[in-house]
Amino acid sequence: MSAKPKLYYFDGRGKMESIRWLLAAAGVEFEEEFLETRDQYEKLLQGGSLLFQQVPMVEMDGMRMVQTRAILSYIAAKYNLYGKDLKERALIDMYVGGTDDLMGFILMFPFLSAEDKEKQRALIVEKATSRYFPVYEKVLKDHGQDFLVGNNFSWADVHLLEAILMVEEKKSDVLSGFPQLQAFKARISSIPAIKKFLEPGSQRKPVPDDKYVETVRRVLRMYYDIKAN
Amino acid sequence: MSGKPRLTYLNGRGRMEPIRWLLAAAGVEFEEVYLETKEQYDKLIKDGFLLFQQVPLVEIDGMKMVQTRAIMSYIAGKYNLYGKDLKERALIDMYVEGISDLMQMILMFPFSPPDAKEKNIESIKERATNRYFPVFEKVLKQHGQDFLVGNKFSWADVQLIEAILAVEEKVPDVLSGFPQLQVFKSKMSNMPTIKKFLQPGSPRKPPPDAHYVETVLKIFKK
Repeated sequence: MSAKPKLYYFDGRGKMESIRWLLAAAGVEFEEEFLETRDQYEKLLQGGSLLFQQVPMVEMDGMRMVQTRAILSYIAAKYNLYGKDLKERALIDMYVGGTDDLMGFILMFPFLSAEDKEKQRALIVEKATSRYFPVYEKVLKDHGQDFLVGNNFSWADVHLLEAILMVEEKKSDVLSGFPQLQAFKARISSIPAIKKFLEPGSQRKPVPDDKYVETVRRVLRMYYDIKAN
Repeated sequence: MSGKPRLTYLNGRGRMEPIRWLLAAAGVEFEEVYLETKEQYDKLIKDGFLLFQQVPLVEIDGMKMVQTRAIMSYIAGKYNLYGKDLKERALIDMYVEGISDLMQMILMFPFSPPDAKEKNIESIKERATNRYFPVFEKVLKQHGQDFLVGNKFSWADVQLIEAILAVEEKVPDVLSGFPQLQVFKSKMSNMPTIKKFLQPGSPRKPPPDAHYVETVLKIFKK
């Protein structure tokens, strides 16, 4: 196992993207192995690398970690992006839970039918603007600090920026009612490690396309229809 | 706010049940407020109690905590059920997340249409016996210890015993191929705090019935 974390997933966002963001924000270089064929996946399964037969899987620090949330929590704690005590960690966990739910609506988006995509786009925007963004707007307004928790850069900030950019891809002016979030977006985007991740050539993955959907379906033999929420 | 944590949810299992299990296992007494009407729920939202307009809500240590995982991580951390270091925490998180995926199937079950119920039970049985239970059977067999992680009682053990019992309610003989899990089930059930929680009169909630489903649909309808 190399010294760098190694990520096993498809060549696309999916559930691995938040992990790429967090490693990048922590300034940690990582390698990637992309699943392209069913054979590769079955080899991983037979080799016993996938605890619950699923990806994402990240090899790091002698472990083969699975379960996105477990991986993210480990990275956050290891690189001091998890607050200074139990209460700050609780706040970060709550905020990340919210952005995770929001991004969950987007995760299934590429797999929906064209008709369902339109409905889902409207749902994403509605949830973002009425349930999630107002919360973070208020948090930032109330304490007037640069970061969500404890006046310190944390996992919560990385996750929120990721969510904002993803929703903007669905509706570009979605932040128009949220001045605090606009300032937050500019601020966090200009942090050197994040700025680098946002530049072309980084390991950030593009918006999922039909080829990505086809690869996932082929590798996982997931040919059933995905329904919208 | 009294010293005890206060839980706000419906009078039933749902997403609050793992939290009840964990508090009980930690020996922590708690109060409960039951949502019975849409008006109660709307009032909670209006009064700013629910960060993302959702329950579970747990008022604990001056915080109004939402998001099931956040709540459980906090409780586990506070009551020393989260391992001794980062790596043990990572293992506990992996196990808990896996079990949580299995429990999600059980959570959704009462809301599936009657003609899908038998198929769903088959799916639960298949996942439990092919994906999840073999993992924990192997973990216990390999280290030969009583508990899943670090030779010490943790959140992972509580989550697993809850899941075993929940699956058994749907598939009574589900542990027949898993001797380690049978022993584990017996050991965990006999731990004093868990034993107490498994007795009648405890805060443990019964399996969801039609009335529970009806209440959920009534309160959360848009």
